[in-house]
Amino acid sequence: MIESQKSHQSPSDLLETSSQCTTPPDLRKKKRPGEMIIQALLFLSGAISILTTIGIVYELGKESLNFFTQTNWEQTNRDLQVSVQPEDLLIPIERSGFSLETGDLIRVEEEIMTIETITDGQIQVLRGQEGTSITGHTKGSEIFLSSQVTIREFFTGLKWNPQIGEFGIWPLLNATLIVSLIAMLVSLPLGLSIAIFLSEYASSRARKIIKPILEVLSGIPTVVYGYFALTFMTPLLKVIFGNRVVEVYNMASAGIVVGILIIPLVSSMSEDALSAVPRSLREAAYGLGSTKLETALKIVVPAATSGVVAAFIVAVSRAVGETMVVALAAGAGPNFTLNPFKPAETMTGHIVRISGGDLSYDSIDYNSIFAIGLFLFFVTLGLNVISQRVVRRFREVYE
Amino acid sequence: MKDTQPLENSSYSTNLPARHRRGNHWQRVFFASTFVGIVALIVLLLNIINSAFGLVAVENTIDPQDLAINDIPIQQLHQTDLVYILENNLSAGLIRRLESETAWENRSREEIYDLVVQRVVEPKVVDTWTLFDSLFYRERITSTLQDDHPEAVLEFRSWLSADFLVNPQSPDPERAGVRTAILGSLWTISITILFSFPMGVGAAIYLEEYATDTPLNRLIQTNINNLAGVPSIIYGMLGLAIFVRVLEKITSGALFGVVDQTTANGRTVLSAGLTLGLLVLPLIIINAQEAIKAVPNSLRQASYGMGATKWQTVWYHVLPNALPGILTGAILAISRAIGETAPLVVVGASTFITFDPKSPFSKFTTLPIQIWQWTARPQDEFRNIAAAAILVLLGLLLTLNAVAVLLRNRYSTRN
Repeated sequence: MIESQKSHQSPSDLLETSSQCTTPPDLRKKKRPGEMIIQALLFLSGAISILTTIGIVYELGKESLNFFTQTNWEQTNRDLQVSVQPEDLLIPIERSGFSLETGDLIRVEEEIMTIETITDGQIQVLRGQEGTSITGHTKGSEIFLSSQVTIREFFTGLKWNPQIGEFGIWPLLNATLIVSLIAMLVSLPLGLSIAIFLSEYASSRARKIIKPILEVLSGIPTVVYGYFALTFMTPLLKVIFGNRVVEVYNMASAGIVVGILIIPLVSSMSEDALSAVPRSLREAAYGLGSTKLETALKIVVPAATSGVVAAFIVAVSRAVGETMVVALAAGAGPNFTLNPFKPAETMTGHIVRISGGDLSYDSIDYNSIFAIGLFLFFVTLGLNVISQRVVRRFREVYE
Repeated sequence: MKDTQPLENSSYSTNLPARHRRGNHWQRVFFASTFVGIVALIVLLLNIINSAFGLVAVENTIDPQDLAINDIPIQQLHQTDLVYILENNLSAGLIRRLESETAWENRSREEIYDLVVQRVVEPKVVDTWTLFDSLFYRERITSTLQDDHPEAVLEFRSWLSADFLVNPQSPDPERAGVRTAILGSLWTISITILFSFPMGVGAAIYLEEYATDTPLNRLIQTNINNLAGVPSIIYGMLGLAIFVRVLEKITSGALFGVVDQTTANGRTVLSAGLTLGLLVLPLIIINAQEAIKAVPNSLRQASYGMGATKWQTVWYHVLPNALPGILTGAILAISRAIGETAPLVVVGASTFITFDPKSPFSKFTTLPIQIWQWTARPQDEFRNIAAAAILVLLGLLLTLNAVAVLLRNRYSTRN
């Protein structure tokens, strides 16, 4: 044993012997600056994706913050009763009209004032607030009242009406939810049935024909589906439910077409999950005397639950974010209604309508769509993360 | 024993047909669902074709026969006679404007003939019918037409025509075309490809060949998977905030001193292309990763064994083998980008431009934007040209996918 070990020369011995004859070969790793530059460039391309996410969160967050901190000036429908001199602290006001409260900020022309006390028929103010200069104001100048959109108002308000400073997301969210719900009612049963048919029943020839057709369906641009909703689905609904019930723009038509649009997504993701279930499970079920249906519904689908549920969640996220179909078919104008045959604008539809017009930056409209966008981003991101968790947590691994 | 045996048998045999019935019943349900999916696609396509072709009733302001000189119909009249007709029928101001654009003698006879038809005869579409109605209810159409527009002539029209492809946009649906939109789409997509293809393939190579299992690299991978699920309209808002506003100097071309006269801000082809680039980047990366993963490891080992460096291995062995997969994935991503509408609306595609985009810093419109605009109009004729534009878009996508298949076949036979 000892001898045999000795007979083997260690690499360092070899090096020494060779160094005695010639100059030693340099076995250190060569520095290759070219390779390092390439690796750095490749890393940068990968990092772009992180920058994109940071960009989305930062830009949407920044504009949303503006939205929630920006001061808007609402008309109070009051004018100055008398002209006000720079030294005046008491301003007479009409009794009727918009209610003013102690502590409110008001603006007359360029000057901002704080209301200190309100007595009968006149208000006492602190002049020249927020760095504005104290000037005289002529009789008849309009009084504006400051208002801010609070996060609470944003998430609980039932009216979205930027002109009069009402920013409650519920009408938009409600329409999004109704459209998504209808889309799910269409796409989940159909998508799962197609997946079961393709993975359990269809012959390989039928699969070869049907799968490309579904791929074509998923490759059609969404604006085409919007056209389809408006020119085919809405008239069809009118024929079925009556002209008076169904309006020209309605959520039902948009929802059904969004559902058709995500059928390929549901079916292909579910089918992947179903075909991943090993054959041995099916054979075992048949061996116990199960029929094909029993095998499919009681063995294969439960075994693939994680994949199927993940497909459903991704489908919901897709429906929530779908834009062109609802922009074309669901109607313009926020409307809080539960009737699917009425028009109502979804979150995405609202963003498209507002940004399609001429937008002036830093206007309340511009900032408001970013607040909606940020909310939408977190909803869809949350759904996607959940779906990935579901797959990882509940996946059953078969060998 | 003898008592229980037939009992079990009978319960077994009564149960079995029921189970089979239920099985058959559900099999029919599953098949019907699949059928519904296929029918949806067919109806979708038929609905478009139905609107893109059909009968139209055309009414002329002046009957061409009244314009005939010495019983020679206008189709055969000489150029000077046609000019004479123009000068007699149009206002002096319009004549002056037309002449100052190009003098009569510099125009060909065909141009002047077109002018006579457009300006003097002025054919107007007074009613349109779908292809389905045109084929099956022809009599009813002719009878209603006689009541409503006795002067009108019924003719079959394909809204998708050569003129439709080369005409610029116009407020008049009969003369509107998709030339500006097609060029806008091509410009935008070129920029998308130039940006996202190298970036996407680079990122995929990094993640598959270089990245070790560090938290940062895991973050990049998770992040890419999540970005693929972000709604496209969010990318539009990102594009609006970053490319149109923050990088306005670059995207409007001001930094390079090539400001387009028509664009005062960053709502340009460049902004749109980059926005779509960010949108399809995750798709390209994920597809390219799959293709690179599929390259057998033995190839890499052999290459290293011959003393190749990492980059040489990637460039000479991994990439050529993964190329068919990468290209297919990239083309699928590009066809997604061509059909995208929402992000471009947000980035600020122009809804009405009549001139061609000439540089990355031009204003632009694209085919989907055009389709959206035309569909949103209430008039029937706009629906017809929207359908024709959809056919053009689908044709473009079909061509792209055919190219994808061809490329894949060519490269896979070579290897």
